[in-house]
Amino acid sequence: MSAHAGPVHHAEAPKGWIRHYIFSVDHKIIGTQYILLGLSAVTIGMILSLIMRTHLVWPNAHIWGFANGIVSPEDYLRVVTMHGTLMVFFVLTTVPQSGFGNYFLPIQIGAPDMAFPRINMLSFWFTFLAMIVLLSSAFVPGGASISGWTSYAPLSAVGEVAGPGLGMGQTLWVVSIALFCGASLMSALNFLGTTIDLRAKGLSLMRMPLTVWGWFITACLALLAFGVLLAACVLLLLDRLAATSFFIPANLDVSGVLLHHGGGSPLLWQHLFWFFGHPEVYIAILPGMGIISHVLSTFSRKPVFGYKAMVYSLTAIGFLSFTVWGHHMFISGMNPFSALAFSIITLVIGVPSAIKTFNWLGTLWGGRIHFTAAMLFAIGFVSLFVTGGLSGIFLAQPALDLYLHDTYYVIGHFHLIMGVAAIFAMFAATYYWFPKMFGHHMSETLGKVHFWCTFVGVYCIFMPMHYLGYAGDPRRYASIESVNYLIPLHPVHYFISIAAFFTASAQLLFYWNFFWSIKHGKPAERNPWHGTTLEWSVSTPVPHDNFAGHYPTIYRGPYEYSVPGMRDDYVPQDLAPELVAKA
Amino acid sequence: MPHSTTTDELEIIISGGGPKAPGGGGSGDGGDGSSGGSGSALPQRVYVTGITIGMGAILMFFMALVSAFIVRKGMGNDWRAFEIPRVLWLNTAILLASSGTMIYARRLFKRGDQKGFRHWWAMTTILGLLFLAGQLIAWRQMVASGFYLATNPSSSFFYVLTAAHGAHLLGGIFALIYVGWLRLRKLTIETATEVAALYWHFMDGLWVFLFLLLLLGR
Repeated sequence: MSAHAGPVHHAEAPKGWIRHYIFSVDHKIIGTQYILLGLSAVTIGMILSLIMRTHLVWPNAHIWGFANGIVSPEDYLRVVTMHGTLMVFFVLTTVPQSGFGNYFLPIQIGAPDMAFPRINMLSFWFTFLAMIVLLSSAFVPGGASISGWTSYAPLSAVGEVAGPGLGMGQTLWVVSIALFCGASLMSALNFLGTTIDLRAKGLSLMRMPLTVWGWFITACLALLAFGVLLAACVLLLLDRLAATSFFIPANLDVSGVLLHHGGGSPLLWQHLFWFFGHPEVYIAILPGMGIISHVLSTFSRKPVFGYKAMVYSLTAIGFLSFTVWGHHMFISGMNPFSALAFSIITLVIGVPSAIKTFNWLGTLWGGRIHFTAAMLFAIGFVSLFVTGGLSGIFLAQPALDLYLHDTYYVIGHFHLIMGVAAIFAMFAATYYWFPKMFGHHMSETLGKVHFWCTFVGVYCIFMPMHYLGYAGDPRRYASIESVNYLIPLHPVHYFISIAAFFTASAQLLFYWNFFWSIKHGKPAERNPWHGTTLEWSVSTPVPHDNFAGHYPTIYRGPYEYSVPGMRDDYVPQDLAPELVAKA
Repeated sequence: MPHSTTTDELEIIISGGGPKAPGGGGSGDGGDGSSGGSGSALPQRVYVTGITIGMGAILMFFMALVSAFIVRKGMGNDWRAFEIPRVLWLNTAILLASSGTMIYARRLFKRGDQKGFRHWWAMTTILGLLFLAGQLIAWRQMVASGFYLATNPSSSFFYVLTAAHGAHLLGGIFALIYVGWLRLRKLTIETATEVAALYWHFMDGLWVFLFLLLLLGR
C-alpha cells in the first residue's frame, strides 16, 4: 500500500450528469435522492389524508380521480391503505434513516463515503422501484389494495374473491414491500459496516454524535426486522399465487365462496408482520431521537445531558422493541398470560423512553436557548413524544386495549408518537442541515410560522381523536353518517377536518421555503450554528470525498459546548488540543 | 504473497483510515476507530464485517421461515408427513465435503501453493453445483411421490426452505467463481477467500440445520 501513503483520495466527482445525479454512488447524492423520494411520498400521503378527512365530513363532495367523483367505501379503504403504506415505509422509514443518515453519517464519522457505495446506490433504486410498483397498483384492474398497511391475512391472501383491490392490487402491494425489504436490508448493511469500520482516528464509540448512534441502532433493527417481513411476504405471495395454505384457514367462506385451502393460520401472518412491525416503529423514531438530541444540544449551547444514558437507553429501546410485538395483537384472542407478559414488557419500554425525555429536558435546563426553527421543531418533538407516549401506557394494557384497539384512540396515539414526532424530527433536521446541504439558509421567519401552524395544527387534529376513541368511534369506517351513536360526534370530526386542511396548507410554507431557498436563500457559511461535529468542519458545499483528502482526527466528545475556560462556546471534535483558544 | 493485491480507486475511497491523519498520526488518544498499522487493514476488514452482518440478515430471514414452519405445524391439523427424499443424505454429505475442500484450499493458499489452491477451490465449486443438482433431484423425488408445492403445508415448507437455501447457495457459487477466476476489483485475494469461505461455511451449517428440521419436523 506504499503507493497510497499520504492523503491520496478520490476527490473527483464523476463527470456525466447521469452518473453524478441519477446513478450516483456518492452518499450525499443518494441521501438527497431519498429525501426527495420521501418528499414526494409525503405529499401524496398528505393529499390522501385530506381525501379521507373530506369524505368523512362531506361525503357527497366531488373529488377528482374517483368514479363519478364519489369516494366509495372501497375507495376509502384504498386511500387508507395507500396513505399508511406510503407514510410508514416511504416516508418514516426512508427519510430520517436513509435520507439524512446517508447524507450525514459518513461525514460525521470522518469517512469518505459509505462502506459499499454501489450497494448504497442499489438500495436507493430498489426503494424507488418499490414505490413505483406500489403507486402503479392504483391503476390496475380492481385498483389498489384495501387491506391496510398491515395487510392482515386471510383476506390479503385469498385474492380477488375477498374484495376489489385484493387481486392484482394486493399482489403489487406485496411485491412492493418485498422490494422495499431488500432495499432496507442493503441499506442497513451499509450503515452498520460503515459505522463499525470507517470511523475516523480517535472516534471511539462513546465519542460518536447521538445522530450516529440513532442511525446505528436503527440499522441493527432494520437488519433483523426486514428479513422477517421479507419471509412473510414470500409466504403471502405463495398463498396468493401458488395455492399454498400458510395463512388461509380451512373451509374459509369469503363472500359466499367456499375456498379449498388447508388449515393455515391467519395469526401466523400477524405474528410475522408485527415481529417486524414493532421494531419498525422504532426504525421510524430512533433516528429522530438522535437528531433531536443533536439539535437540542447545539441550540441550548450545552452538552447533551447524560450522553451515556442516552446511548444505553437507545440500545435498550432497540432491544426491547423485538420483544413486544404481541401488544399489537391483544384482540386476536391470545392467551391472557401472553398478553400480560407482552403488556409488562411494553410498559418497561417506558423506562428508557422516560430517561431520554428527562435528558432532553436536562439538556434544555439552564441552557442559553436559541429558538431557531430547527430548535422549535426539536422541542415540538419532545412535546409530541410525551403526549403520544402517555396514551401508549393506556394502550399497553390489554383490558383497555380491548376497548380502544379499533378506535380513533389508536390513530391519535400512533400519529402523535410515530408519525408526527418523526416528521418533526425531519423538519428539525431539514432546517438544521439545509445550510450544509445546499449552501443557503432557509428563511427562519417562514420556518417559525411553519412551526407554530404545524404544532398547533397537529394537536388540533390528533388530540380530539383520543376523545373520539373513548366515545367508541371505530377507525377505518368510511362513513360516520350511518351509525346513530356517532352522530353527536360529528362536530369533532368537522373540527379535525378543518384542522387537517389548516395544517396541510401550512406545509405549503415549507415547500416554498425549501425549494426557494435552495437557490435564493441567505448564503450559509461553513458553520452557521457553531456546531462541534464533523459536518461543520468540512466546507460547503461538501467535497466529493467529504474532506478533500484531509481526513480528521477526533480529540473529544461530540457536544463540547460552553466548556469553562475556553474562548468560544463550542470546541469542534477535530480541533487539535494545542489549537483550542483559551479565554 | 505471489498474488498481487489489485486495487482500484474505489478501494482508496473506502480506505478512510490509516495514512490520512493530518497532524502526525501517533497521538492515539483512546480511539478504537482505526488500527494504526497498515493502511490496507481498514478497507479489507470492512468486507469481513459486511459479510458477517449480511449473514445475520439472512439468518433472520430463515429463522422467520423456520418459526413459521413450527407454528404452522403446531396450529393446523392438516399436517401430513412426507417421505424425505433419499438423495438429501447424499447432498448433505456433498455439501459437508465442500466445506472440507474449501478449508483445504485456503490452507494451501496460505502456504503459497497457488496451483493447489485453485484445484481445491474448483473442487469446492463443483461440489456446490453437485449439491444444487442433487436438490433438483430431491424435488423430482418429491413430485414423484405426489408432493407438490401446494399439496400440504409440509411440502410447501419443504420447497420454500430448499428453494430459499438453494438461491442463497447459488449466490455463494457465484462468489466462488468470482474469487477463483475473475479479476478482483476492490478486495485482496486474501480477503476475498475469507469472505467467500465464511459465507460458504454458513450456507453449509444452515443446510445441516434445515435438513435436521425437515428430517425431524416433517
